[in-house]
Amino acid sequence: MNDTERKLGPTILKADNISLAFGGVKALTDISFEVKEHEILAIIGPNGAGKSSMLNVINGVYHPNAGSVTYRGNVRQQMKPHEAATQGIARTFQNIALFKGMSVLDNIMTGRTLKMHAGFLAQCLYVGRARNEEIQHRKKVEEIIDFLQIQSIRKTPVGRLPYGLQKRVELGRALASEPVLLLLDEPMAGMNIEEKEDMSRFILDVNDEFGTTIVLIEHDMGVVMDLSDRIVVLDYGKKIGDGTPTEIRNNKEVIDAYLGVSD
Amino acid sequence: MFYREAGQFKTSYKADQAVFPIFQDRIFVAIWLFLGFVVVPMLANEYVFRAIFIPVIIMALAAIGLNLLVGYCGQVSLGSGAFMAVGAYAAYNFMIRIPELNPLICFLLGGLSATVVGVIFGIPSLRIKGFYLAVATLALQFFTDWTFSRIDWFTNYTPSGSIAVQPVEVWGFVFDSPIRKYLLCLTVLVIFTVIAKNLVRGRIGRAWMATRDMDVAAEIIGIRPIYAKLSAFAVSSFFIGVAGALWAYVHLGSWEPLAFDINLSFSILFMVIIGGLGSIVGGMLGATFITLLPLFLNQLPIWLGINMSTAMVSHLEYMIFGGLIIFFLAVEPLGLARIWQITKEKLRLWPFPH
Repeated sequence: MNDTERKLGPTILKADNISLAFGGVKALTDISFEVKEHEILAIIGPNGAGKSSMLNVINGVYHPNAGSVTYRGNVRQQMKPHEAATQGIARTFQNIALFKGMSVLDNIMTGRTLKMHAGFLAQCLYVGRARNEEIQHRKKVEEIIDFLQIQSIRKTPVGRLPYGLQKRVELGRALASEPVLLLLDEPMAGMNIEEKEDMSRFILDVNDEFGTTIVLIEHDMGVVMDLSDRIVVLDYGKKIGDGTPTEIRNNKEVIDAYLGVSD
Repeated sequence: MFYREAGQFKTSYKADQAVFPIFQDRIFVAIWLFLGFVVVPMLANEYVFRAIFIPVIIMALAAIGLNLLVGYCGQVSLGSGAFMAVGAYAAYNFMIRIPELNPLICFLLGGLSATVVGVIFGIPSLRIKGFYLAVATLALQFFTDWTFSRIDWFTNYTPSGSIAVQPVEVWGFVFDSPIRKYLLCLTVLVIFTVIAKNLVRGRIGRAWMATRDMDVAAEIIGIRPIYAKLSAFAVSSFFIGVAGALWAYVHLGSWEPLAFDINLSFSILFMVIIGGLGSIVGGMLGATFITLLPLFLNQLPIWLGINMSTAMVSHLEYMIFGGLIIFFLAVEPLGLARIWQITKEKLRLWPFPH
């Protein structure tokens, strides 16, 4: 919507002819698309179109049967999720995947795991590097807590929080790793209008302030059209559309997929 | 004095991240330490040390160790008895084969041997979870039972297969009287408790809890499951191994492989569950409860003046013990630690209801 004023960088992520099958079920067939740096890309499509599978391929949970993913110039075939994390890919989940027994603070602190390097002995004694690290990362985490306006619940176990706040904490946990590429799987599912507006604002701010590239899956068309720079449409594991919101809105194939064909 | 945090403003993250951010808690812990190190040694008699304090303390150490694995990392283990056995036999072998070694070093080496075994038997946890993992660790239990009763080298070819040891001597100081043994165990427990607390509040503890709560998300954040799970097995079995060495050397004095059988594994697991999963203080409470309750039930008829045969008493003891465990778990599934936590939360608001 505002891509005229924002400058997008070079391609950061490129999917080439990705195919993924679970036994006989073809989840993804021959999908290719690109994500540019600083872009907000939305992946949409009816239920079972393969959107979440696509995210899982990007961050290494699933390994594609064919095709490759190029991320920051490196082509990769097989990658473990924690390796994706070391390369700056963070994500949130469709069904909230927070650590329920831990406080909000600990959840977000866990997001900074990869940035902490204190040795085992230092951690045993909580001295030196271990202690300094905890305090220094706590500062960073507090910045995220401020950013998401969840100061009052920082010590609450996340299991006790309402749904909307849990989604926000999950975003915080993903942000804690200071990701280059952020994958959001239905960040607004099950929210009311007000919560959706808040979440949209956070997503735009993240993109704007930290320059994070965002790939998101969302069903609310209003949100998708307003937020994203570009939209990729999947249906039955195939890509049926790719373009700016205006282009997608007028794409016949997309309209058919969503509304059904009249004849 | 009221248990309040009102007026205690924290101005740095360091203060906020302290183990006991509330002033009254610090006083409370100081009182406990004072009681443990000063008052108890002055008041208690030999029987109390032998029957109550020493076993409770050593079991608390083992329960804290197991809690790191089961409560914090979410990996169920039925092999605690085996890890204690490995700790005990390894300490014994180090001591008789390298007599120059300081016994305390031998205890630590016993713990390290348990660590090695723990990591090896923790490898299945990378593939299997829950009940299936518990069964896999059960295999370790039978494996060590067999090893230490069949391979004579471990028992130094004693004809009966049982081992009797001299009191521990460190730099000419002999831990022979109950009070000295008690202070040794208590010191070890305090040190290991501090280490456990430091670990669980830091990066590694968060990695364990993340793996426990949602392993897929943990991996996506960058926590390698192999690292989180095996480190939990390693630390936990180290604790339990040291507890095993203490149990053999300080509490038992002479023992045979049966001393570390499956019953011991079960009681340590009960301690963890009843005490409270994922809580350091829970390990201590659980160990106290499980160790003292049978003693208490055993003495109760005598105190009440009821005349009963000893067989009847021990049968009743089993029944009431089992019943109480079920009752506790039904009333508070999160254990004694949770009751303790609720009490503290209530106290913060007391005497106001909200």
